[in-house]
Amino acid sequence: MKNSIKALGAGLVLTLSSSVFAAESYVIDTKGMHAFIEFKIKHLGYSWLKGRFNDFEGEFNYDEKNPEKSNVNVTIKTASVDSNHAERDKHLRGSDFLNVSKYPTATFKSTKIVSNEKGEADIHGKLTLNGVTKDIIIDAEEVGAGSDPWGGFRRGFEGTTEIALKDYNINFNLGPASEKVELILNIEGVRK
Amino acid sequence: MTSYKPSQKWLHWLSAVLILGLFAVGVWMRTLGYYDSWYQTAPHWHKQFGMLLLLIMVVRIVWKFIAKSPAPLENHKPWEVKSAHLTHYVLYLGVLLIIASGYLIATADNRGIDILGWFTVPVLFTPFDGQEDIAGDIHEWGAYILMGFVALHVAGALKHHFIDQDKTLKRML
Repeated sequence: MKNSIKALGAGLVLTLSSSVFAAESYVIDTKGMHAFIEFKIKHLGYSWLKGRFNDFEGEFNYDEKNPEKSNVNVTIKTASVDSNHAERDKHLRGSDFLNVSKYPTATFKSTKIVSNEKGEADIHGKLTLNGVTKDIIIDAEEVGAGSDPWGGFRRGFEGTTEIALKDYNINFNLGPASEKVELILNIEGVRK
Repeated sequence: MTSYKPSQKWLHWLSAVLILGLFAVGVWMRTLGYYDSWYQTAPHWHKQFGMLLLLIMVVRIVWKFIAKSPAPLENHKPWEVKSAHLTHYVLYLGVLLIIASGYLIATADNRGIDILGWFTVPVLFTPFDGQEDIAGDIHEWGAYILMGFVALHVAGALKHHFIDQDKTLKRML
């Protein structure tokens, strides 16, 4: 309880300070779909299987002068998993994997961003998946930013991270080569 | 006409074996692990035999309208005749519904069902959102409910054979 109040306080301070320092708020462009949450996992150790989540939303605050004050929140509808094979997707949505009827959403909330001058950053945060919350670090990099041809301003990032399925209580045995899954995140934000 | 035609008996028992086999395999194959040798083959044969059952059911239903079934025995009480017929309708409809939902699972990614490399059962319409999940629920629950009616059907046949000691079951043997 004490910790959650502290966390709330910290969050509040973060939100306040980011507005004070005029961080820019962005909505991830899922309307025009310039954002992709993909995953890849080894199949038997012989090839990569790729898939993605089609339905998600999120936003981020970006502070160019103090990148540490930036933050990002994303919510994914786990039922939107798509690996281009309906029977596999059905299996992935079931209790062997994502348990989507019990845990319809997965979320990522950043807690800390450590950046260097090259536009690269480690985004520390909490990933909640299959009802389990764990700390992860997303290895991120800015792809670009600037005005778009339609009067808006956009900024995009690419990030990758790797998670172990068993950390998220996903214990279906896919074999020793397939215990980890890589997440590849490409997001473009439209400035509010 | 006191008995079913040999063709009707064959169709009945062939579909009985297929329905029970498909149900058993359907339950079993979902328990298989990824490294089981049957993980790929069991669902494959489940689909092949499911499509075979569809063919048999279509022939059976058409043939039922043409060849007709024998009239109920004289000792059959009205409620027995009524409930037997109702069970038969549910069995026919249930089997068709389960085959249809299975077909919808298999074709939910817009790919047809390959039959032994011989031909492909085509995708008849553009899959809708969540098709494999909705069809999957119907397929699963439909199969369990169907087995309830199969049990009723079998219980009826056994009752006539052993308790009433009439020819109801013998007409189908």
